[in-house]
Amino acid sequence: MNISYIILIPMIPLAVFLLLGIFNQKIKPSISGYVGVLGLLASAILSLYAAYQYFFIDGKVDGVYQTFVDKTVWMNFTETLHIDMGILIDPISVMMLVVVSVVSLMVHVYSRGYMKGDDGYTKFFAFLSLFTFSMYGLVLATNLFQIYIFWELVGVSSYLLIGYYYTKPSAVAAAKKAFIVTRFADLGFLIGILIMGYYTGTFDFETLNNPEGSAILNWASTSFMGLSVITWGLLLIFIGGAGKSAMLPFHIWLPDAMEGPTPVSALIHAATMVVAGIYLVARLFPMFYFVENGFALNIVAYVGAISSLFAAIIAITQTDIKRVLAFSTMSQLGYMMLALGVSGYDGHEGIGYMASMFHLFTHAMFKALLFLGAGSVIHAVHSNYLKDMGGLRKYMPITNMTFLIAALAIAGMPPFAGFWSKDEILVAAFEHHKLIYYIGVFVAGLTAFYMFRIYFGIFWGKEKEYEHKPKESPLSMTFPLMVLALLSVIGGFIPFSEFVTADKSGFEAHLNYPLAAIAVSVGLVGIILAWVFYKKENNLADKWAKAFGPFYKWTSDKFYFDEIYLFITKKILFKRVSAPIAWFDKKVVDGTMEVIGNKTVLTSKKIKGLQSGKVQDYAFAFVGGTVILALVFIYLWTN
Amino acid sequence: MIEGISIYEILTLTTILFFIGVYGFITRKNLISILISVELILNASVVNFVVINKYLYPDILQGVFVSIFIIAVAAAETALAVSIIINLYRQINSVEVKDTEVMKY
Repeated sequence: MNISYIILIPMIPLAVFLLLGIFNQKIKPSISGYVGVLGLLASAILSLYAAYQYFFIDGKVDGVYQTFVDKTVWMNFTETLHIDMGILIDPISVMMLVVVSVVSLMVHVYSRGYMKGDDGYTKFFAFLSLFTFSMYGLVLATNLFQIYIFWELVGVSSYLLIGYYYTKPSAVAAAKKAFIVTRFADLGFLIGILIMGYYTGTFDFETLNNPEGSAILNWASTSFMGLSVITWGLLLIFIGGAGKSAMLPFHIWLPDAMEGPTPVSALIHAATMVVAGIYLVARLFPMFYFVENGFALNIVAYVGAISSLFAAIIAITQTDIKRVLAFSTMSQLGYMMLALGVSGYDGHEGIGYMASMFHLFTHAMFKALLFLGAGSVIHAVHSNYLKDMGGLRKYMPITNMTFLIAALAIAGMPPFAGFWSKDEILVAAFEHHKLIYYIGVFVAGLTAFYMFRIYFGIFWGKEKEYEHKPKESPLSMTFPLMVLALLSVIGGFIPFSEFVTADKSGFEAHLNYPLAAIAVSVGLVGIILAWVFYKKENNLADKWAKAFGPFYKWTSDKFYFDEIYLFITKKILFKRVSAPIAWFDKKVVDGTMEVIGNKTVLTSKKIKGLQSGKVQDYAFAFVGGTVILALVFIYLWTN
Repeated sequence: MIEGISIYEILTLTTILFFIGVYGFITRKNLISILISVELILNASVVNFVVINKYLYPDILQGVFVSIFIIAVAAAETALAVSIIINLYRQINSVEVKDTEVMKY
């Protein structure tokens, strides 16, 4: 398969970024939007062509999808250990190319309408392109180090985009928070990469993931604290993934990141960057599965399940619609993680892996749609809060329909996309791990409930007093909504298990009717409850909130995670750890330097009288010196 | 060559003259006196050139030429120094060294 053109896919957005970034004062906003969209369109067409070529023409050999790699050595350390730069084509990377391209293209188109009249219009498109470039690079990475490089690039683009409204203090704080929290997680990631490199002697995914390779066969060679070092490496790498994918306890940045413009949330915090953690685990899946009999994979499953439940509970009580969507994203990411965690490897056993990737795919579509729909609503009513919305279905028919489709998809109603992928996840959990399955089903119900809570809250319920009549957004914004809605409807019918599986060979996935029925009925219960609570104006919701009392307060304050972090950092780290170190630095290290400096100054004060500017004194010194030298020469040298 | 006087006497004379000049340069408080002292130093060295030329290499004239050259340079230099001193006097109404300590730290 000829993959030489694939390098163009990340390079086009990079070129767009450079163009818009360098000439951002010279290019008119009207042009820069088109430049951004056209660049992305080219990338998207290439991505779709690559997917077509890979999945339907050249990818399969003897029923197994091949891995194509094109790389050059970038840094050499030893014979086996070197950092390459290149592209790796296999089912998940091609699938991710499609996801990133489609969502990014839609977000670019949408941004042309949403950001109209903004001062930094061109800058915004430059940042979007930079982000897209980084994400492509991350997806195509051939080894751990390359993925790490692009991982950080994604982080910095996300920082730029979250902090886009840099005049708002809250946006700046959110950008910093996102950057710092993920940086903490990335520290673990980096240590994990170094451990991997040291003990396996390679960074290459192919070598690491080969089930017959030395990395997987020799995992027991060195152990540390009762676990294999390779397991430690995997766990540390997973910490990095958990940071980007907002798993507990690194989730605190995601809700705050909603301070950025809505298209950014749709692109980064729904479809692309936050799934980087899932993608990373999927990339290293054979290692997670085989090393130490999947110890690290169990951790992944539990973290995913707990995060999923936790986020779903919090989402019920949030009043800012974007924050509800943020917690919903976290919950769905938890789903993907737990699906990976309960997955096997061969054939149908690998259903969890397949389901995770499938859910990643469908979730990207409908969650981006939800975010863009929310953006459309915010655009119309100029507020993020549920209390300022209601009865919008009359004014915004297209947004209403597309939002409803996305909400049905995420609630897992057939025949929408979310139903198929969520069902596969629940099947995988049911086959491997009952407890996680129950959590998953419960979360499915919660998901339906909170999605329809905001849906009814926005589009139904009592009409609020609007300053000026909300109207439907322009076509540039509704067109992406319609495209994504279409994808959310038909996305589930893609026979995903034929294309993306753990062992790359494909299998037949069947709908498991009893489990599907359970999931759907739970979802329906959630929707009906939401209907009862929020369809009409009533005080049921308030009553229930009162009934739950302290628990309600806890959830609406997000279980005080932020406060705990602040307490730990401010009271313990700053006071107990940093303050003594700072004192040592100030007093001892700086003190030493200051003493040296002060002594120098004092000495110079004392001896500066020598430089009097009196030529006569100089002459005297000169002559005196000469005379003394002469005497020395005459009486000591000549004997 | 002067009959009955060896090179040592004359060199002694010029050495004394030279050091009188140096002493004056170092100790005088008046710029004109310092200038005169510089002249003394130069003249001592001129005499040295001539004498050494005469006593050691009687058949060439290089020392003499150098001495004439030095006299010319000294004249120019004196003219310069005097003009500087006059300008200084116009500025600060004094030709004393202690009043010219503007370059101090």
